[in-house]
Amino acid sequence: MAPPAPILRMKGIGKQFPGVKALDGVDFRLLPGEVHALMGENGAGKSTLIKVLTGVYDIDSGEIELAGRPVAFPGPQAARQAGISTVYQEVNLCPNLSVTENVVIGREPRRLGRVRWKEARRRAAELLGRLDLHIDVSAPLSAYSPAVQQMVAIARALDVDARVLILDEPTSSLDKDEVAQLFRVMRRLKEQGIAILFVSHFLDQIYEIADRMTILRNGRLVGEYLTSELSQVDLVAKMIGRELADLERLEDRPPAREGAPLVEADGLGRSRAIEPFTLTIREGEVVGLAGLLGSGRTEIARLLFGADHAGTGSLRIGGEPVGLRTPRAAIRHRLAFCSENRREEGLVPDLTVRENIVLALQAARGWTRPIPRRRQDELVAKYVSALNIRPADPEQPVRNLSGGNQQKVLLARWLILEPRLLILDEPTRGIDIGAKAEIQRLVAELSGGGMAVLFISAELEEVLRLSHRVGVLRDRRLVAEIDNDERLTTGALMETIASGAAS
Amino acid sequence: MTVATVPGRRVRVPRRYVPVLVTAALFLAMFAAGGIRYEGFATGQIILNVFIDNAFLLVVAVGMTFVILAGGIDLSVGSVVALSTMVAATLLKQGWSPWPVMVLVLLIGAVLGLGMGAIIHYFEIQPFIVTLAGMFLARGLCYTIGTRSIPIDDPVFTAFAQTRIDLGADMWISPGVVVAAAVVVVAAYTLHYTRLGRNVYATGGNEQSALLMGLPVARTKIAVYTISGFCSALGGLVLSFYMLSGYGLHAVGMELDAIGAVVIGGTLLTGGSGYLFGTVLGVLVLGLIQTIISFEGTLNSWWTRILIGLLLFVFILMQRLITARRR
Repeated sequence: MAPPAPILRMKGIGKQFPGVKALDGVDFRLLPGEVHALMGENGAGKSTLIKVLTGVYDIDSGEIELAGRPVAFPGPQAARQAGISTVYQEVNLCPNLSVTENVVIGREPRRLGRVRWKEARRRAAELLGRLDLHIDVSAPLSAYSPAVQQMVAIARALDVDARVLILDEPTSSLDKDEVAQLFRVMRRLKEQGIAILFVSHFLDQIYEIADRMTILRNGRLVGEYLTSELSQVDLVAKMIGRELADLERLEDRPPAREGAPLVEADGLGRSRAIEPFTLTIREGEVVGLAGLLGSGRTEIARLLFGADHAGTGSLRIGGEPVGLRTPRAAIRHRLAFCSENRREEGLVPDLTVRENIVLALQAARGWTRPIPRRRQDELVAKYVSALNIRPADPEQPVRNLSGGNQQKVLLARWLILEPRLLILDEPTRGIDIGAKAEIQRLVAELSGGGMAVLFISAELEEVLRLSHRVGVLRDRRLVAEIDNDERLTTGALMETIASGAAS
Repeated sequence: MTVATVPGRRVRVPRRYVPVLVTAALFLAMFAAGGIRYEGFATGQIILNVFIDNAFLLVVAVGMTFVILAGGIDLSVGSVVALSTMVAATLLKQGWSPWPVMVLVLLIGAVLGLGMGAIIHYFEIQPFIVTLAGMFLARGLCYTIGTRSIPIDDPVFTAFAQTRIDLGADMWISPGVVVAAAVVVVAAYTLHYTRLGRNVYATGGNEQSALLMGLPVARTKIAVYTISGFCSALGGLVLSFYMLSGYGLHAVGMELDAIGAVVIGGTLLTGGSGYLFGTVLGVLVLGLIQTIISFEGTLNSWWTRILIGLLLFVFILMQRLITARRR
């Protein structure tokens, strides 16, 4: 049976941002009545493709055809009117208004300018009924759970005669039952012939609901596959960008050590962030965390550092039970956390290198005891040379440094506190290869000196090169803890990520 | 299959009505207490007098309700009221006929509001700052017109001032009250039965979402300041009917009375929640406090301010608790 003609066809789409080629010759098609997953790691170009499709960005090259006719959308409103509706990850509705209004606002049925509420309520109830949702439509939206709010957003998207529905990570804030409910709705819409473009970081969900998938990597098309014909391992390999055969064993792996347990997490968890996990980190040990984006890597780090409150479980540091309610408490126990978003959460771009480096030390001492300038200069000089921060001028504003050097400044800030556990969340992302190697070398040295390190990275090779032990995460669950011995390869690790069980 | 539980069918007051009902209860309690304590207090005319004395405030507070519902604030209203009385008095003195004067005054108010709204939206400046500037500007314009009080002796204006509309049973209202009542009715209809009104609520609820839902946020924001400017000018006209003079020192600090009335009426200062009926109650509560203090006789009139201050504290705390529970 020949497949039906695509409702949407994108050909050779290119989109350039200053300094970055976000999309480069990407082809994409969407058939009516299918759920099509758009896959790729962060920065692969998924959201750019969606924004191009919904008219948020214009394209630099290529063409878009909707139902066989070439189209160009000047804005989101135009795309909607053409039948392309989008529901974003964050529910973009007004919680203070009633469910009815959220569905119909902007298109209320009117007579002589007067809104006909009865008719509006009837229409909202009917649209929600199409999604098998029977709720009181005159209640305010804030009275309902995120899942129902998501459904209301979908109902709103369907109010215009939608032919293409884009769901951009709709499941990230939903629990299991809510996801199941959403999937029922998606199947129903599919039967009605609506083409659904679905983005999710959860592989199981993709395999449950998607018929077909398109994989992007670094702004380029990897390929389009039927979900039934592509195994999870192959999918992960294609997303990360290496065929399993290419993945080699790495040589200089650090020997495993037997230090005293430093941090012991027992059943620590937080609902909707990470399922309860048990993890021990010993002195002088590097524990790597591997998993896809959104699998709960950062969530573990934030729980250990007290940046989020744990819902369940207990934490012991150096054998003593502690309750870390704030990062300040964690710092007092000499934990340090280099966050993933160094621009947003870590560095103060307008302060100088010196000021940024002494910030945490000063905070730990309290503002009433300023660090003498001479001591500041000594400390900063020591770390600028130890980490090879360039330019080696402590009075430069941090904003003028390259990404790699900014990362080193952030590291230096935590290192002068002489932490017992250093948590590094994606310390090498987006920095050049030289700086990367230096940071890796530094991690090895620090653990050699007895510091425990929790190392989070999307690059499996890096995790393998540095870690003594690797925790594997999948769908917000710590699924395996593997000693990094001779047998462990990136291939095995990838399989564990894909299948969810230790091989 | 039902996912969400339908909110209880029991007789339960939806939380969004709670602030308005609290204000209504407060008003009734004050009225009852006054009736017990003072002779000749518990009459319909007492309430009508509150309306007569505060008709201009009610008109201005209606405009303020639009602005606050949309998540903004308008500090310029008192000055625009003063400017309106000043412009009206001056033009009448120069022999203009009263009707074009009224149209011109309303136009000036609306244009001032439009300008401020446009600046707030297109330059993304805090409404507090822009309307503060507008407040100084309008007040300053009053003094460039004249520094003294200008009496109004136009027959149409004096007719507005002196007409008593008899309601029977020894009760009467002034034409200003009729104007205010008309404004309230039109505004309530606009807020609840027109797109503009619903967009005001949506914008105040979450501006970013409203934008992504494809609502005309720019037009809505500019419209609320225009409405507020228009209401201020109309309030100024009602005030000049009441005072029969134009003066740069009229309505000093009135923006705060208006904001106070809106907040006591249960409208959230963060926007998106509240009812015009609450604003009417808010104005009534403020007016009734003044009435009680004048009945008491021994109390300094500044006690009005103290009580209003205390009430505002209570209401803002209450709002905080309500919004905190919602999260």
